[in-house]
Amino acid sequence: MTTTDSATPPPAVPGALPGSAGAASPNLALAAPVRRRRRSAPETPERGALSSADWRRPAVKHTWRGMHFVLLLLLLLWCLGPLLLLGKFAFTPTQDILTKPMAVFPNGPTLDNIDQAWNRYHIGQYFMNTVWFALGAWFCQILVATTGGFVLSVLRPRWAKVLNWLVLGTLFVPAVVLLIPLYKIIVHPPIGDSLINNFFAVWLPAGASAFNVVLVARFFDSLPREIFEAARVDGAGPFRLFWHIVLPMSKPIIGVVSVFAVIASWKDFLWPFLVLKDESVKPLSVYLQSMANVDKGTLMAALAISTLIPIVMFLIFQRMFLRGAGLGGAVKG
Amino acid sequence: MTTDDVVPAAPPTGVVRLHERTRSRGTPATWLRRGGLSALIFALPILFIFGVFSWWPIISAFVMSLQKTNLTDAPLWVGLDNFRAVFADPLLPTIIRNTAWFAVLALIFGYPIPLIGAVLMSELRKRKGLYSVLAYLPVVVPPVVAVLLWKFFYDPRPEGVFNTVLGWVGLGPYPWLADATWAMPSLVLEATWAAAGGTVIIYLAALISVPAELYDAAEVDGASVWRKVWHVTMPQLRGVLFITLILQIIGTAQVFLEPFLFTNGGPNHATETIMLHVYNLAFANLGNNFGQATALSLLLAAFLAVMSLVYFRLTRSWSQS
Repeated sequence: MTTTDSATPPPAVPGALPGSAGAASPNLALAAPVRRRRRSAPETPERGALSSADWRRPAVKHTWRGMHFVLLLLLLLWCLGPLLLLGKFAFTPTQDILTKPMAVFPNGPTLDNIDQAWNRYHIGQYFMNTVWFALGAWFCQILVATTGGFVLSVLRPRWAKVLNWLVLGTLFVPAVVLLIPLYKIIVHPPIGDSLINNFFAVWLPAGASAFNVVLVARFFDSLPREIFEAARVDGAGPFRLFWHIVLPMSKPIIGVVSVFAVIASWKDFLWPFLVLKDESVKPLSVYLQSMANVDKGTLMAALAISTLIPIVMFLIFQRMFLRGAGLGGAVKG
Repeated sequence: MTTDDVVPAAPPTGVVRLHERTRSRGTPATWLRRGGLSALIFALPILFIFGVFSWWPIISAFVMSLQKTNLTDAPLWVGLDNFRAVFADPLLPTIIRNTAWFAVLALIFGYPIPLIGAVLMSELRKRKGLYSVLAYLPVVVPPVVAVLLWKFFYDPRPEGVFNTVLGWVGLGPYPWLADATWAMPSLVLEATWAAAGGTVIIYLAALISVPAELYDAAEVDGASVWRKVWHVTMPQLRGVLFITLILQIIGTAQVFLEPFLFTNGGPNHATETIMLHVYNLAFANLGNNFGQATALSLLLAAFLAVMSLVYFRLTRSWSQS
């Protein structure tokens, strides 16, 4: 329930309705044809406002090269700078952090901060809670999105239209409305006892993402229908069709949804803060907030450790992240 | 749906066509044979999860806004009292002003710069990936980490990180979060750092889809580079620019994390936003006033729904023109 970042799908996304897009819509088709498009790339090279002829003109070339260089410096300073600083703080004694924050190890680096964060404040334990949180939320989102998408796009029973509108409709409801009624349901679930401090309190609501369902259903729409027909002629029932044909063909979109799901639970704060209060279940983000007033060196080490996994994941799966982020804008349109 | 019409011949008997649309109401047996049951089984997860955690809470929000409830005792019907309490709340003008100020500042800081960055990046011939990764890096940093890190950067002492850096060029020291005037811009600066990368990537995706023929045509007409950017690229981005604008307004109208973690609404309510007030009413110092909190959140949602509707109307009229 983070509210200010536009990269992860915000809960309230207006107009994820077909045909309202305009400029961004070609990306909708991105799902399946990505590979095909890349292969055919040499024939129709992508171009921007600058043509090859423009690039050969020295004035244009030098201006744009210069601007690109300045942009790179600004990106390094603005985007990477704070993170490098965090990395440095993690290995700097607290006294140096507080008195000379910009000096590079005036009294040498130290491993004390990491040791404190890991062994005294048990960052590892909360780290595992976050992993557990992310895994369950991922599973729930994939289950709902793939089976739901399968019903809406492939099986298409008569009531699919109604279901589709009910799911799409939730895109127009901002997260703020759900906060308190959801909390009420978690405290007094329809069956069983309170789910406070139970991972199901974060797993199940995560599954109710219309954004995922729309993404997956649109991808299924783009799959060739002849294959389904052929499978059916060969005697495959809906379950085999789903498991052996649709799912294996949907790896790209499942990847995108998975990345979104894991990162979203890694970033989530307000909801787990409300429902995962006990130390044994607190995820990292909630725990870090309660660490705000400990020794600065230890805090910086804890922050650095918590950032490491998402950044490493991003660097490994960067293409999927960036594709997903761009796709986010397209579907939002 | 159109695929049904494309399939030429009727399938051989005995083969169940899954998305066949029968005109007549069949018996339960034919419904079963046509895969009605399996469709229902596949729909169970989405029906259950959306039912309990999306559709029901939406209905419940309307019910709760008319009740006085602390979630433990039986709720009491109070009619529109919660809405009256919202409008009688002495903090209401403050939180609306603060939220609007956050949104305006977020637009000033975070709207033009990603656009300029993305237009520049889309002209890169090589290493576009490096630029994209750098721009997107802050987006993957967990928001709590970003806020706690920046909170340290905003240390108001002369030895604070930002005050040290600004001191090199003879500026400051500034009070940052400790001062009512400075606090909100400081919050927005961090929020922009955390979110701008996502906007850049959305713009980049839109820029790639600008048809090359348009540029070719502009060149035939002898357009300069800047005229191409201004008269070809920008109009093509109109749709996505409007989408990000609306999305940003919807996002910033619900801002919670930054005011909560940086300042907890202070100093002197200078950064208390609507969402933070909803939280305070329900869960924190004002405590257990779930009815009024829900009423306030519904009013905010109504405003956002109007925004979405305006957006929808505008984009529709554009796509028709």
